[in-house]
Amino acid sequence: MKNTRTITRSVAAVTAVAALAAISGCSGDSGDTVDGVTTLTFWHNGTADPILSIWQDAVDAYEDENPNIKIDVQPIQNEDFSTKIPLALSSDDPPDIYFNQGGGLLATQVQSGQVADITDLTKDWIGDVGPAAGNWQVEGAQYGVPYAMQLVGFWYRTDLFEQAGIEGTPTTMDELTEDIEKLKDADITPIAVGGKDRWPDAFYYNTFAVRECGEDVLKESLAAVDLSDECFTKAGQDVIDFIASEPFQDGFNGTPAQEGSGSSAGLVASGDAAMELQGTWDKSVMQGLTDTDLNPLLGWFPFPSVDGDGDPSATLGGGDGFSCTQKHVTECVDFLHYLSSADIQTKLVESQVVTIPVIEEATSAITDPVIQSIYDFNSEAAYVQTYFDIALPTGVGSALNDAVADLFAGKGTASSVPDAVAAAK
Amino acid sequence: MNTTTVAVAPSATAAAGPARSTTPAPRRRSSTRKRLELALLLLPSTVLFVAFVFLPLIAAVYYSLFDWSGFGPLIDFVGLDNYTQALTDPTFQAAIGHNLFIVFASLIVQLPLSIALALLLHGRIRGRTGLRLLVFTPYVLSEAVTAVIWLSLLQPNGAVDGLLRGVGLGDFVQLWLGDGNVVMFTLFAVITWKYIGFGIILFLAGLQGVPEELREAASIDGASGWQTTRMIVIPLLGPTIRIWAFLSIIGSLQLFDIVWIMTLGGPAGSSTTMASYLIDRGFRRYEFGYGSAVAIILFVFCFVFALFYQRFALRRDTQGALTGRVE
Repeated sequence: MKNTRTITRSVAAVTAVAALAAISGCSGDSGDTVDGVTTLTFWHNGTADPILSIWQDAVDAYEDENPNIKIDVQPIQNEDFSTKIPLALSSDDPPDIYFNQGGGLLATQVQSGQVADITDLTKDWIGDVGPAAGNWQVEGAQYGVPYAMQLVGFWYRTDLFEQAGIEGTPTTMDELTEDIEKLKDADITPIAVGGKDRWPDAFYYNTFAVRECGEDVLKESLAAVDLSDECFTKAGQDVIDFIASEPFQDGFNGTPAQEGSGSSAGLVASGDAAMELQGTWDKSVMQGLTDTDLNPLLGWFPFPSVDGDGDPSATLGGGDGFSCTQKHVTECVDFLHYLSSADIQTKLVESQVVTIPVIEEATSAITDPVIQSIYDFNSEAAYVQTYFDIALPTGVGSALNDAVADLFAGKGTASSVPDAVAAAK
Repeated sequence: MNTTTVAVAPSATAAAGPARSTTPAPRRRSSTRKRLELALLLLPSTVLFVAFVFLPLIAAVYYSLFDWSGFGPLIDFVGLDNYTQALTDPTFQAAIGHNLFIVFASLIVQLPLSIALALLLHGRIRGRTGLRLLVFTPYVLSEAVTAVIWLSLLQPNGAVDGLLRGVGLGDFVQLWLGDGNVVMFTLFAVITWKYIGFGIILFLAGLQGVPEELREAASIDGASGWQTTRMIVIPLLGPTIRIWAFLSIIGSLQLFDIVWIMTLGGPAGSSTTMASYLIDRGFRRYEFGYGSAVAIILFVFCFVFALFYQRFALRRDTQGALTGRVE
């Protein structure tokens, strides 16, 4: 008898403690409006300066103007978003404002029911943000606001091009191949690629596909998650042929993209490689990896034309932006409106974190001729195709990146990317 | 022991407050009290175990039966499809192979190496403390730090290549992380570098338990150094070897941090492990149902192995040497 009672009692105690833990665990989110001050949590990926201070300054200024709002800023490493966001969105306490890149990734997140539809709240001013905002729509509803546009193109070292006797920049694939040979003859690694991270590999497949496929085919195929059109297989063959011309650094499949001096960005920054196909943000990454002033040494040109159905002025790109969750959606939208103001946008452009602002007025802050040329290219581009891994549903996008990385490692055929997409659908 | 407890107890009760002083001072440990004490002491760890190990495990089993992206409700019940899909996926099969490679390579290379080094450091040699410290240092580093260091050292034309060329071994230079045929060996070398110190410390502790008298007796009987080591020291290290092997195998099966940071499982899946595969599918592809199934497979792998190992290899140790050393 006695024993049973002891056991019952200890079980009761365990249950009580567990219940207590559960209660205290859940009570965290009830107290974020205290004395009329609402606290918003803000997750962004600008963990290093200059963007870190730009966001912090913006928050400080916003809090001064709005004494009833307090913003709890949490800078989070870019790569950690993929693990933190799903967990946060399936909890009761997701961040009120968080970074994302729109497209299929956002569409996947919207399934959680936690991401706020801000169509009505933004309808008065979303037009000012321009076409970039389209990437933050899911089935016609607005689910976020971008603060920057990014393009993918070749960053190159003007000094190394000169050393190899290259004049001008290549506009066709044949010219690029010639330039690669010239660089090799001069004992310079032509192109650096961060193959370890896979997504830089995918930039090649994606841009080749943009060159091989007509705009309608491209858009329809990605929307239908079906890359069975012949042009996608041609793009696969283009990638295989391009790798066969051996333009990349030694051991490119093990090279990280952006971390440290041995990364592909680091190789270009230190002058150990002449080119890199990367996003426009890469200039600030490279500058962070060297003490040399890269402004006079870096040039940019768009991906060369290929003999295909695609428009040579089209390009691959995407954007960075923020979304809101349900709880404080009105406050969040007001803050996002503030972030897309000309004032903040100008600061982002001046620091060269953002090459292509979403607000027209901020473009007057562009002083660097190279940045200006990127901006002009963007203005005249037929269209900007979102990176495939972001445009497609997340699982399929990653499968596509993996399949392209396999091609870079010498595994697979021209049709293996479309096949991987079909298998992951 | 008992006297001290009795002597301390009243003063402690007195200090706790006057309300308690009504209880009779001399206490006998009744069996109820003992049980209560046990329950109290076990409670925190039981709660933690249930909340953070047992319940998540049950949840993972449940999730693994659904096709689920991690968002929204679990509606798409697929039964055991996730399991069959995982076990028939060539990438996952290769991942199991990579784990087994690390398991066996560790047993074949690290075990003799750490015993040999432990024997060396056990003897009276000059600078013994310094050397012990040196071999143990890598173990103190976290796996993430180790991986980041080696990732930069192993880049083409990096420090490792420079060193090899500098000493005239330039022909041995490989694309350490970029070549699918080499990458597992590279990772194994890094793992060995990191964990060899742990093995050595374990075996040094084990060597303390080998009585000096036995060695002396052997040498009086005319045994050579090798014979003493082979016939006396190694058998007496048996329990330590078995526990080392247990930890090493479990660690090899769960290998993740180093792989994830250094290669992300690449190139082309040639260094994927079970754990890196599950994170890749779960968090990169948002296939949480499928990822859970892979996690359960990994768990079953480790659990079954641990049970068999406990039953057949560790059983004779658990009464004697093992529990003895823990104290």
